[in-house]
Amino acid sequence: MRKLGLLAVAMVAAGTATGFAGAAHAQQRDTLALGLGLEPPHLDPTAGAAAAIDEVTYRNVFEGLTRIDEKGSVQPGLAESWEVSPDGLTYTFRLRDGVTFHDGTTFDSADVKFAYDRARGPDSVNAQKGYFAAIDTIETPDPRTVVVRLSRPDGLFLFNMGSGDASIVAPESAAGNGQNPVGTGPFRFGRWVPGDRVVLTANPDYREPGLPHLREVTFRFIADPAAQLNAVRSGDLDAFPIFGATESVALLEGDPQFQVVAGTTEGETILAFNHSRPPFDDVRVRRAIAHAIDRQEVVDGAMFGYGTPIGSHFAPHREGYVDLTGTYPPDLDAAKALLREAGVPDGFKTTIKLPPPPYARRSGEIIAAQLARVGIEAELIPVEWAQWLEQVFRGGNDFDMTIVAHVEPLDLDIYNRPDYYFNYHGDRYAEVMAELERTVDPAARNELYGQAQRILAEDAASGFLFQLPKVGVRRAGIEGMWDNAPVPANDMTEVRWTE
Amino acid sequence: MLSFLARRLVAAAATLAAATVVVFVVLEVMPGDPALLMLGTEARPDTLAALREQMGLDRPAPVRYLAWVSGLLTGDLGRSMTYGVPVAELVADRLAITVPLAGLAILASTALALPLGLYAASRRGRPGDFGVMAFSQLGVAVPNFWLGILLVLVFSIGLGWLPAGGFPGWQAGIGPALAALVLPAVSLALTEAAILARVARSAVLETLGEDYVRTARAKGLSNRAVLWGHVLRNALIPIVTLVGLQFAFLMAGTVVIENVFYLPGLGRLLFQAITQRDLIVVKDVTILLAAMVVLVSFAVDLLYAVIDPRPKAGS
Amino acid sequence: MRHLSLGVGLLLTGLLVAAALVSFFWTPHPADAIGIARRLRPPSAEHWLGTDQLGRDVLSMIMVGARNSIAVGAVAVGLGMAVGVPLGLLAAARRGWIDEGLSRFADLVFAFPAILSAFLVTALLGPGAINAILAIGVFNVAVFARVARGAAIQVWGRPFVRAALALGRGPVSVTLVHVLPNVSAVLIVQATVAFAVAILAEAALSYLGLGIQPPAPSWGKMLHEAQTFMPMRPTLAIFPGAAIALAVLGLNLLGDGLRDALDPRLRPSRGAG
Repeated sequence: MRKLGLLAVAMVAAGTATGFAGAAHAQQRDTLALGLGLEPPHLDPTAGAAAAIDEVTYRNVFEGLTRIDEKGSVQPGLAESWEVSPDGLTYTFRLRDGVTFHDGTTFDSADVKFAYDRARGPDSVNAQKGYFAAIDTIETPDPRTVVVRLSRPDGLFLFNMGSGDASIVAPESAAGNGQNPVGTGPFRFGRWVPGDRVVLTANPDYREPGLPHLREVTFRFIADPAAQLNAVRSGDLDAFPIFGATESVALLEGDPQFQVVAGTTEGETILAFNHSRPPFDDVRVRRAIAHAIDRQEVVDGAMFGYGTPIGSHFAPHREGYVDLTGTYPPDLDAAKALLREAGVPDGFKTTIKLPPPPYARRSGEIIAAQLARVGIEAELIPVEWAQWLEQVFRGGNDFDMTIVAHVEPLDLDIYNRPDYYFNYHGDRYAEVMAELERTVDPAARNELYGQAQRILAEDAASGFLFQLPKVGVRRAGIEGMWDNAPVPANDMTEVRWTE
Repeated sequence: MLSFLARRLVAAAATLAAATVVVFVVLEVMPGDPALLMLGTEARPDTLAALREQMGLDRPAPVRYLAWVSGLLTGDLGRSMTYGVPVAELVADRLAITVPLAGLAILASTALALPLGLYAASRRGRPGDFGVMAFSQLGVAVPNFWLGILLVLVFSIGLGWLPAGGFPGWQAGIGPALAALVLPAVSLALTEAAILARVARSAVLETLGEDYVRTARAKGLSNRAVLWGHVLRNALIPIVTLVGLQFAFLMAGTVVIENVFYLPGLGRLLFQAITQRDLIVVKDVTILLAAMVVLVSFAVDLLYAVIDPRPKAGS
Repeated sequence: MRHLSLGVGLLLTGLLVAAALVSFFWTPHPADAIGIARRLRPPSAEHWLGTDQLGRDVLSMIMVGARNSIAVGAVAVGLGMAVGVPLGLLAAARRGWIDEGLSRFADLVFAFPAILSAFLVTALLGPGAINAILAIGVFNVAVFARVARGAAIQVWGRPFVRAALALGRGPVSVTLVHVLPNVSAVLIVQATVAFAVAILAEAALSYLGLGIQPPAPSWGKMLHEAQTFMPMRPTLAIFPGAAIALAVLGLNLLGDGLRDALDPRLRPSRGAG
């Protein structure tokens, strides 16, 4: 089961200082200017959780042994092939030949060993050090072979080694990657104007002939939705893969100059309860809240119609999904009756902590109004990510409710973690999770996923709201960009202009 | 006079020293762990500890305070915890927007306010004076960020003459860069002009009442000569004082306007640094802004002491 | 002109207070009633000033917003006066190290541009109405302390105070009987001005997302939201700003009118920044 990297997409829309510059790239067809909502703090994907780092560098600058494609499946990366021993403990990777780092040094098995040892070592500042926890030894019998032995089977090892956190970095340049990233990818780091942009230029020595198509890619950081719209409309930007100004998409949709793409993410957006605090330990109260929430109104009001309502903690585009949105339909009378049963006929006062992204702040406003209809008075407390991490996620779970998108794929196991921030526990759920661990057959797994979804829905373990959409806008004539976001990335390798 | 200046200098230094303590303590107790923010929800305790050590957060508070202050004194502002680049570089980049913006605003405000103030003073009690005073009342009442929004509505969305926001960078050329600063500068200028026009008017009126002005008039000098030769020169003291203070306050005060127009200036850097818990940047920028206010106030005192050697009671 | 200031000031301030008071009993629509189906409507007979992006009635929100603005202003000014005036009077009565300490404190407060201290306070305590009040209030403590001290020192130099002292009255009694009544005019004038400054400051903080938090309506917050929806519904950006400007204009005019009426020689200091 994957672990949760809550911040990945969730942080995309948080506020930070940016501006936008106006070099017009539209006429030159081998350059592209791309907008991002958040600026990365630095450019080393092996030393930070910020999604923005991967959104700039993933596959463009840095590569791993494997890579994740748009559909979320594992593809060969710097390893052209691999073998897994029958016991699932030994991975033998065959590396590509003739790969060099951007500074001219050669890539070989020693770099892989260095990168993985660095990520799992005592001084590691890798945000996903857990990915490497199962590694026992790394051997390099020859420059093109890496043998990784695990101490226990890890079904997600190949997927995890395709994440930005497992990028292969060279001992010569690793320390400076934050400011001057040196990888093996199709683009080299050009320059960084803090607060404004990062420019990548094509790597002429890239191993695949003819790639990349683009000569230069500029990433511009624009947090404000209104400014994002301006930049796209004025032609300052050619694309905004995760467009924050959802409310203005209608203005672009009718315009033949633009394509509007509504893709999927792995982000289940939920109203999370603190189960260790009354009255949220009472299933009747949680069900009452579920009845009080009108998801369609939330999607229409907060997301301007984008985003699919969900009835449990599972992405609708995945196999094994069960539509449970009808479990507790909007019904104020039923909600009030449940509150009466629970002994709080007049409702109660509570709080909702809201992290910065607009999806959270806007949903919060609508949900507070919906809860007020059944007498629940929810005070909205906006928090920055730093506070959210400290107050809600760690340290004492100081919250009643919070709204956040959980963006890791297939993260049903978070409801089974004993120390997880919402403190949910269900015996039957634990059994299903245990069984899931033991099950390999895809059909049987999907059946178990269905059971798990039903338990969560019936138990109203969270207020399930909607699947976070990835609404992107781009100019007509751009080809090869990802519509969906299985991992945070803007893989520009095969992107080109068609006209 | 020297002892007065020495006392003011000591007071200014003491204020700054106290300011460093206040800022440090505030940031010390501010909730939010920069390392946790950087590494996110899956961070393990040992990785967090490693990063805190890398960021220098593991040292005791007094040590960090002394290291910071001694760095300030030697001109070393340290490195940004999020960007990893020297803070001085970051600040210089942002000042390249904020200083011209504040400068343009002051220029526009002075160009508008001085003639208005003089005109009002020369028409004391008549409709012209009334009109200027009414403008001044309105100018003070209109919040600058609302004015900015209205200007965008008219000149960007309506007429399409000027950009609605953003900054193309000075490398894009003087024209586009200045065009991006016009609306923000005008938004800032109105309030300042309203205050300045009022001060200019009363400064001129006060000077007009002084003996030497009456003497000059009695000597037969023309109204215009009196106004430009004597009155304005003396009335300039309070005006220059105010303009200096306005500039110092605008350095921080531009933040709201920088938000309206999405300009990556100093205020937004501070805003962003607070959000990202980039404590070093927050500390440095705060102290720089405070130092500027203190220095300008000191310069004003100096100016007064030079022009008018009588010590000021109660400053 | 003097009477005009006072008249217009009273009228606008009265309107502000009336809107706030009426909002307790009646608003055209509930200010927090969202309705996605009726969002972003232009002004109409049903919604005089239109509706916002969540379908709330703008006029109702502005009325309730007036209440919030007044509350923030009143508490911030009240706090400033309650702490600042006694400090200033004490400093004027005792001079010496107390006076020196107060001056240094004021220097320190004024060294941070007001918006900067507001940032720090809200970063420290989190955004919210109470913290915004605190941020503005701390600044006001320094303003009122300085104004009260300056005015009181002048009074202490006046002959009747010296006479009272010669008659054996103590400093406390002199302060209460002679000084306070003679500085009250300047304090009242300063209070109206500080009230206006507080309303502006609250609007700016709320505009930045640091002040009053939703769902409670705030003029500054409304302007911030309006900016995103401006291409679709420009009126959203106009009415809340006009409300701020009229409220501040009213209070400033009232302050000027009162100053002229109470004592034509007085000039309030507008406070730094």
